[in-house]
Amino acid sequence: MGVEGIGASVVRKEDRRFITGKGRYVDDIKIVGLTHAHFIRSPHAHAKVKSIDTSAAKDMPGVVGILTGQQIVDDKVGNLICGWAITSKDGTGMKMGAWPAMAPEIVRFVGQAVAVVIAETKNQAKDAAEAVVVNYEEFPAAADIRAAIKQGAPQLHPEAPGNVIYDWTIGDEAATEAAFKAAANVVSLDITNNRLVPNAMEPRAAIGEYNEAEEHFTLYTTSQNPHVARLVLSAFYNIAPEHKLRVVAPDVGGGFGSKIFIYPEEMVALWASKKVGRPVKWTGDRTEAFLTDAHGRDHLTNAELALDANNKITGLRVKTYANLGAYMSLFSSSVPTYLYATLLSGQYNIPNIFAEVISVYTNTTPVDAYRGAGRPEASFVVERLLETAARQLKVDPAELRRKNFITQFPHQTPVIMAYDIGDFGASLDSAMKAIDYAGFPARKAKAKSEGKLRGIGLSCYIEACGIAPSKAVGSLGAGVGLWESAEVRVNPVGTIEILTGSHSHGQGHETTFCQLVAERLGVPISQVQIVHGDTDKVQFGMGTYGSRSAAVGLTAILKAMEKVEAKAKKIAAHALEASESDIVIENGEFKVTGTDKSIALPIVALAAYTAHNLPDGMEPGLKEGAFYDPTNFTFPAGAYICELEVDAATGKTSFINFVAADDFGRLINPMIVEGQVHGGLAQGIGQALLEGAAYDSSGQLLTASFMDYAMPRADDLPSFKLNHTTTLCPGNPLGVKGCGEAGAIGASAAVINAITDAIGNNKLEMPATPDRVWHAIHG
Amino acid sequence: MSTIKLTVNGKAVSADVEDRTLLVHLLRENLNLTGTHVGCDTSQCGACVVHIDGRAVKSCTVLAGQAAGSNVTTIEGISKGDELHPMQLAFRDNHGLQCGYCTPGMIMSSIDIVHRHGGKLDEETVRQELEGNICRCTGYHNIVKAVLDAAGRMKVSQAAE
Repeated sequence: MGVEGIGASVVRKEDRRFITGKGRYVDDIKIVGLTHAHFIRSPHAHAKVKSIDTSAAKDMPGVVGILTGQQIVDDKVGNLICGWAITSKDGTGMKMGAWPAMAPEIVRFVGQAVAVVIAETKNQAKDAAEAVVVNYEEFPAAADIRAAIKQGAPQLHPEAPGNVIYDWTIGDEAATEAAFKAAANVVSLDITNNRLVPNAMEPRAAIGEYNEAEEHFTLYTTSQNPHVARLVLSAFYNIAPEHKLRVVAPDVGGGFGSKIFIYPEEMVALWASKKVGRPVKWTGDRTEAFLTDAHGRDHLTNAELALDANNKITGLRVKTYANLGAYMSLFSSSVPTYLYATLLSGQYNIPNIFAEVISVYTNTTPVDAYRGAGRPEASFVVERLLETAARQLKVDPAELRRKNFITQFPHQTPVIMAYDIGDFGASLDSAMKAIDYAGFPARKAKAKSEGKLRGIGLSCYIEACGIAPSKAVGSLGAGVGLWESAEVRVNPVGTIEILTGSHSHGQGHETTFCQLVAERLGVPISQVQIVHGDTDKVQFGMGTYGSRSAAVGLTAILKAMEKVEAKAKKIAAHALEASESDIVIENGEFKVTGTDKSIALPIVALAAYTAHNLPDGMEPGLKEGAFYDPTNFTFPAGAYICELEVDAATGKTSFINFVAADDFGRLINPMIVEGQVHGGLAQGIGQALLEGAAYDSSGQLLTASFMDYAMPRADDLPSFKLNHTTTLCPGNPLGVKGCGEAGAIGASAAVINAITDAIGNNKLEMPATPDRVWHAIHG
Repeated sequence: MSTIKLTVNGKAVSADVEDRTLLVHLLRENLNLTGTHVGCDTSQCGACVVHIDGRAVKSCTVLAGQAAGSNVTTIEGISKGDELHPMQLAFRDNHGLQCGYCTPGMIMSSIDIVHRHGGKLDEETVRQELEGNICRCTGYHNIVKAVLDAAGRMKVSQAAE
């Protein structure tokens, strides 16, 4: 590793613009003739739009146009789709209700848009929106899972009787049943996985621009995957064919999954820009983000674990109801199925698993992937069950886990996944050592003598990342391939541009991707530019989510670099009159091995472009592309241990220590990897202690601002102690696994296991607010 | 409409704005200083923090008119040419930012925190003082490190001056 190569904690190249206020986010972009959109949104969770009266509004100052849901339907803009097909256990397909970008007739959640006002200024658009009169006929609403599935519940979509989208199963039901019959012990747990609001700090925004002469659209948008956005907008929403639509995702202020999806506002900004003949900008405010960004989690689960007399796990049975909200968002169907139930084996050798997942509609904001997407829910189920089993069987929770760890790889679980490699014992050892697990009983006793309730909680998580290969996800119902593409352009002066389909919205690709170039070619990272986030520049890409940018995106870059290196070696060999097989690359020089003859990369690059003296038959230029499709998911795993104290008088939780031991395979930039873990842990701890989207029974979101929804703040969180253990991923040449979601996947179970250990009551729901904890202590 | 005159980053500026215009919008829309961000509508997140007459203020909570005649410093105004402010350097060196959206507000608040505490800061104090700034990316771990680091650097640079 050089100072800027793989494994070096290089400070980030992109930081200079962010720390000087020179980032360029969508709302920072101004275009000549720009107009501003303000959406008129339903205040009701379930209602019929009887009329929309725009007569008073349309002549107000600055108003350019007022467009309604009926117009977008009349213009044959396509309904929003869910791109992952799930089949119910009875063989029928999932029941997808129609979701127009603005509702022409029925609204199904508070905040759903029915019309949009476009005006010269944002304030003028807001003023005019106040004067639009929408007459609604209110219907009863089903605001949560229980309300949606009971007899006589309000029905959301005619396509989905009983509000059931699918009833899906995985695993061997009969074998699992037999395991439970033969079990020495059975542990059962009811779990609520609370609904979360992603709350990337940059609210979503979109600018639609139509060039009439070229019949060409441009969309600037807050997207994690601009190419997927273009594909969906073209193929399904009929906005424009792909060659007539450019999608640009510039600096994007966090995503956490919520910016994967293509939302109504982006469709409307594009469509409206043609309707009014002016560019249209929409920037969401925070309340709109709470009401319309896809939410995360929201499961009700009953889970049971069967163990034999030696405390070996023999079976796991899970039944989960998943709330997908009022409409099926882009990847919503896959989250509680293939991203959740396939991880229910956790780190354990469980011979029999059966899971049933019933996804339902409710009159709430659509739910889709949020950091971890299904895997935090799975990890929480497994790790709460293991902890509960240890308490019930009166054995040490670490030892129960260790006894059941998978130790032979590859390991085929009963729920599709084939774990390629790992060393779960090593992670657990590392975390236990870091927190002085052996010394905990003494610390607990001391705390007790001081009137404090101290607890310790473990969580040993595993996740499937990369969200690939394409063939595998295709066989499971995905509507897209999940490879990645890259292009490496060596310029005539030897500087390098890397074009990637991955998208950085905080992950630091502009630094880590350059580190690969520095490692291989010895080129300083200042001489390398990462190009991403623009469909006019990068041919295609699947974007960034599922901790896939290193395992899939960076490997695609490596594949393209290998092609560039091969050609460059041919040119160097020709120039040095040496055999191609004798050329080695060292510190930016192409050397003839065993001699002092060498040629620098810029000379090779210049030779490629002047083309005066290339090997016979070689094309000029030095630029290569690659598409990379992995052979398996990657399986980051680790152990988190949380030690905390609870104040019995107030129910308040205080962290004593939080340690992590993660196995992400090879680390490209340890500083950035640790930053990813910190952020993930904060979101996992946020779910455990603070965050929860609350609806009242009529479907009003009670937590629709930062005043009401408890975002983790600096003094809610501890400093984290991070450790790494390493097994290199055999599925990609870099040996990387992905690190973006781990913290959010593993943290919440560690916290709840610790609190329930402290208070001696295993029944505690998230978020474990002081009020809930106090009641768990005092009844 | 009113004409608002004020000093921003050392330069005298004036803008014609509606009376309801917030300072953050004057900065972003009229002066094209888009480093100051809007992350919420309830004065909770702190992405819009600037300095008014040397004090950290959420610019979404101040009418442009209220800032008339005052001296406003934004994220664009804290470095001296190419020489970055010690707080900017500390955020970069400690990886105190990821997506960058909360960063300008974090940096402006943090400079004020260090000033108010005269550089005498510990982790607990920094965590409490950052109460008005929300970050969703970093888990605050490296932001806290950055502020403590910058407190040392600012002491040194003040001593040098």
